[in-house]
Amino acid sequence: MPEYDTSIAKIWINGHSFEASDDMTVAAALMCHDSMGTRLSMSGQTRFAVCGMGVCQECRVRINGQPHRLACQEYCRSGMVIQTETAGGTP
Amino acid sequence: MISAMLPFSTEILIIGAGPAGLAAALAAASRAQSITIIDENQAPGGQIWRGGPKQWRDQRAHYIWRQLASHYNVRIVYGVRIVAASDSHEFLLETTEGAQKIKWEKLIICTGARELLLPFPGWTLPGVTGAGGLQALIKGGMPVEGKRVVIAGSGPLLLAVAETVKRAGGEVISIAENKGSMVLVRFFMALMKSHRGKLMQALQLFWTLKGIRYRHAATVIKAHGDHRLRSISLLHKGKQVELDCDLLACGFGLLPNLEIANLLGCNVKDGKVLIDDKQACSRQNIWAAGEACGIGGVDKALTEGHIAGLSASGQSVEENDLWHRADARQFAGLLSSSFEPDEGLRSLCKPDTLVCRCEDVKAKQLVEHTDWRTAKLMTRVGMGACQGRICGAACQFLYAWDAPGMRQPVFPTKTSTLAAMCAASYEEEIR
Repeated sequence: MPEYDTSIAKIWINGHSFEASDDMTVAAALMCHDSMGTRLSMSGQTRFAVCGMGVCQECRVRINGQPHRLACQEYCRSGMVIQTETAGGTP
Repeated sequence: MISAMLPFSTEILIIGAGPAGLAAALAAASRAQSITIIDENQAPGGQIWRGGPKQWRDQRAHYIWRQLASHYNVRIVYGVRIVAASDSHEFLLETTEGAQKIKWEKLIICTGARELLLPFPGWTLPGVTGAGGLQALIKGGMPVEGKRVVIAGSGPLLLAVAETVKRAGGEVISIAENKGSMVLVRFFMALMKSHRGKLMQALQLFWTLKGIRYRHAATVIKAHGDHRLRSISLLHKGKQVELDCDLLACGFGLLPNLEIANLLGCNVKDGKVLIDDKQACSRQNIWAAGEACGIGGVDKALTEGHIAGLSASGQSVEENDLWHRADARQFAGLLSSSFEPDEGLRSLCKPDTLVCRCEDVKAKQLVEHTDWRTAKLMTRVGMGACQGRICGAACQFLYAWDAPGMRQPVFPTKTSTLAAMCAASYEEEIR
């Protein structure tokens, strides 16, 4: 058995690398990283995960270039590149 | 020639791998030729057993899961969303591998529930979540260690959420239950009379949560912060209380998910899927179980799922099952009569409060309209990504408007998924 944590998933949040784990959702990783923002609302407000179950669509981020992925439903995978609209990305 | 996807087919399709769906699958497994369960999430368990077997603490979940493992005719597929009913017995799905179609002979709808979120000033700030919402996020690994959390709204879910937060290392500053002591006393008396097991559960929860300030007749009137939540104002027995906090989990109960039942033209009444004694819907070969037929919790979901599974696979229902269901439904009735949101909560929503979070529509833009449809056309309320799933229910509560209608595609969908549907029909045409 390896002596290190095999669940580590190294991901990139708005260009910063971050050690998440693969049992963690993207929303959880964003909060760990102290990036409590996902999309910008129509009037420019910062939003973050609300319903936690894929209904409200507030936690939409770009994952590996794919738009409109729900951060609360996606689990962190090694190599994931996450961009939030609140950090200047496009939705 | 265009090479289109091939549809899968299954005898029984179960939508939702929560307690109702799993119980239905197990009940039908010995008789049905093939059973397919589809779920939007990445693991079985639905919302109440969210996170899969590693996180389950309810032994019933482990029991059903182990039993299901030995039935090779049961297939469970995760990360699947129903986009449209592409035929009378066929769904178009969006899966992690792209578009897919599935044909079914019999269908069991176990679509569960979502949370009723009501607008108040500041409810759009990052850090304000649903009550069940926070619980789901924590089960998804969201760190709350050292975070100050207020849990507000109404109903027994608040206690369960507080327990989840505490176990995850968060500091629950206060639980703010909207109902007053009269309602709570009556609820506990009723539990004592007919649901001793539930009473014990509640008392155990209170014991676990000892030391946490439980306020009744308390309502969050405002959340403060710039780009994230910093504090809240609470109205408690007529006095305003200010509390600093990092997270506010606020939920006013649960609402059945009716999209699929509506899509298929099954009768829906009072916000629930209409079913008969055997859990059968108004449309032939369709059954429904669990929260979709009325909010009642995991016990009701398990017994209704079991009955639906038996019925769908042509087995008879036993007296004992009916007794369990009646008991669970009585508890459901007690829950809804005790914790239905008070009309007074309407006044939390101020003219400048955003009601539609997707399109940033304020309450003052909505009040001048008389119904959902007109308001939608004039203000774009409900036309955003959630398709009115959050604001539709809020508007029903605030303005007593009818529930939003349902049109396909039922979820925001990739154009490639829709293109796949067209490609398939094109191939049929040219054949």
